[in-house]
Amino acid sequence: MSSHSQEFLDQASVITRDLRHRGLIQTALKKYEVARDKRKSAFGDWQSARQAAAETKWEAINHLDKYLTEFADKLEARGTKVHWASTGEQARDIIVKLIAEKKAKCVIKSKAMTSEEIHLNDAMEKAGFEVVESDLGEYIVQLRKEPPYHIVFPAMHLTRDEISDLFQRELGSAPTQEPEELTMIARRALRKKYIEADIGITGANFAVAETGMISLTENEGNARLTAALPKTMITLLGIEKVLPKMEDLALFLPMLATAGAGQAVTGYNTLYGGPKQADEADGPEEWHVVLLDNRRSLLLADPEQRDALHCIRCGACLNVCPIFRNVGGHTYGTTYSGPIGSVITPHLRGLQNWKHLSGSSSLCGACTETCPVKIDLHHHLLQNRRNASQEEPSALEQFAYKVFGFVANRPGMWQVGKELARMFQPLHKFVLGSKLDPARTWTATRDVQPVAPESFKEWWRKNKSGK
Amino acid sequence: MTEREKILGRIREALTLTAPHPGTHGRHEPAQTFPGRPVQSAKPWLPDGGETPEEQIAHFRAASTDLKTDFREAADEAAAMAILKEIAQAEGWKKIATHRSELTDKAASALGLPKLLTGGGYDKNEMEACDAGITECDVLIAQTGSLIVTSRSSGGRALSVLPPHHVVIARREQLVRDLTAGFAFIQRKYDGNYPSMISLVTGPSRTGDIERILVLGAHGPKKLTVILW
Repeated sequence: MSSHSQEFLDQASVITRDLRHRGLIQTALKKYEVARDKRKSAFGDWQSARQAAAETKWEAINHLDKYLTEFADKLEARGTKVHWASTGEQARDIIVKLIAEKKAKCVIKSKAMTSEEIHLNDAMEKAGFEVVESDLGEYIVQLRKEPPYHIVFPAMHLTRDEISDLFQRELGSAPTQEPEELTMIARRALRKKYIEADIGITGANFAVAETGMISLTENEGNARLTAALPKTMITLLGIEKVLPKMEDLALFLPMLATAGAGQAVTGYNTLYGGPKQADEADGPEEWHVVLLDNRRSLLLADPEQRDALHCIRCGACLNVCPIFRNVGGHTYGTTYSGPIGSVITPHLRGLQNWKHLSGSSSLCGACTETCPVKIDLHHHLLQNRRNASQEEPSALEQFAYKVFGFVANRPGMWQVGKELARMFQPLHKFVLGSKLDPARTWTATRDVQPVAPESFKEWWRKNKSGK
Repeated sequence: MTEREKILGRIREALTLTAPHPGTHGRHEPAQTFPGRPVQSAKPWLPDGGETPEEQIAHFRAASTDLKTDFREAADEAAAMAILKEIAQAEGWKKIATHRSELTDKAASALGLPKLLTGGGYDKNEMEACDAGITECDVLIAQTGSLIVTSRSSGGRALSVLPPHHVVIARREQLVRDLTAGFAFIQRKYDGNYPSMISLVTGPSRTGDIERILVLGAHGPKKLTVILW
């Protein structure tokens, strides 16, 4: 068992017993479900719209070379510098070097999961730069020195009291119970930073090939300010973000907002196509776009699971997943959690170390059903399990199944096994759930059903004549 | 070989194998196929924006209520300017930030307050201290209650997000049915020569990051007012 797998089990067993955590997550997600269902009902036909979105992403991903080239060439034609990074390390180096060249002191950042993926903040801080996350949820978890809990709602696991305590401790603010007042404390602290910062870093939700623009989705206006005030702007995005045309946003913006947050569209959806132009009042003088592969091309090379690259990071599959709702976002130990994280992490970070995530699923299929771009998530979890055991078969498991197969195919032996089980069953209660219990992994947290005193076959033999 | 060539090389290599179409689930035929581009077929499946101008105004009004956008309809220009002055007085504006354009010039002269113009660059702290940012927009969208501002036509990137109150002055004929029509308008208007920023603004700045409770004015404007005639 990998150490990641053991950590997952240890953390899961703690958090599933934490009733406070459960209450918070259930309340937050119930609110989400009500809002999402209301927005879905405004669609003429949500299911057909999903198919259209899936087809559009299929077209983009299956012609990725064409669209990516178009995107990059168009960007460069309008004065943007495009950088290509095969690995997370390369992307970090490019960005840290840029910041050093500008002799920057303060960096303001809007939310970007890709930057979490490559641990960009650590790299920038190690190089001596002050980095401030500007999305409220990200700002809160940054002050707590922990990773985001959820790809869309980073601070979903915290109560207002915990946030108030945090702000008192870190910002010296007065205690308050009001979410509005807490938001204003962060607003005041961050406004100064937008104006001071020399560099603004953003992610991107979509890359429009046709016009060479990124599209940034947000609610708070922090990305708008990050892309407006600092002199240099840097955008980091994965190569899978492409959409063929601008008009595709008319489909994707409402679908992302509906599936992600239960909104018709989010507060700000902004297209950026270059640095400040000669006839414009403000904006960065330089814009650098970093395109990140980081093993996405490996996932692309697996046609069976290629559709995982269609993901628009709405987080809907996390919200409906019974595993996520019980173990929570941090237990995964990954940048991308929930069903999509369990599918792609083995590709991004190694199958053998992360295969346990594909095992921790009830395979209920709620994720597949809710996904706005119709990624076949729960089948991919099965495929990861298959691939993992084909790549590194477990001798013990193979032997156990062989024995089971041998016995199950021989009615006489099956009968003997059954009788033995009945005979020794009364002894089981003395070791039940303890270290001596051979079925401990099951019985430690679950009931075990006793072997019936009479099997169906025996009952049938007695009663088949209908007497 | 450059990093660009390496990445594109890996992508081309990967794409020599074809992936099944979405919804095919193994050997089954897909549930739907689309003639032409999927987004064109998808129009009737998306939320509606109304057929006639009256329906579209009604959609915009309903969406504004939902979003907590202060949407004001005026009978004519004079009435629109009266509404603007009323808001300025009620909030005690001392200074506004705005840009040169037909509608904002009218607004600025009606208000007669000291103003910061963004045209030739400006001081960030000075703009932050203004009570309101007054802009035009390119187009209003009935379907979602949104409007589109750009860095060229709406006074730059910061004017519509830095001051605490964003006021948009617009004409009724700028209202279109839905996002598809909105993006089509932008593509026609700029014909390839796009501003560096095109922003779809939907309601005032908002967050739900603390216990999923809605708070307005997270970083951007706490209030958004749309005055239309």
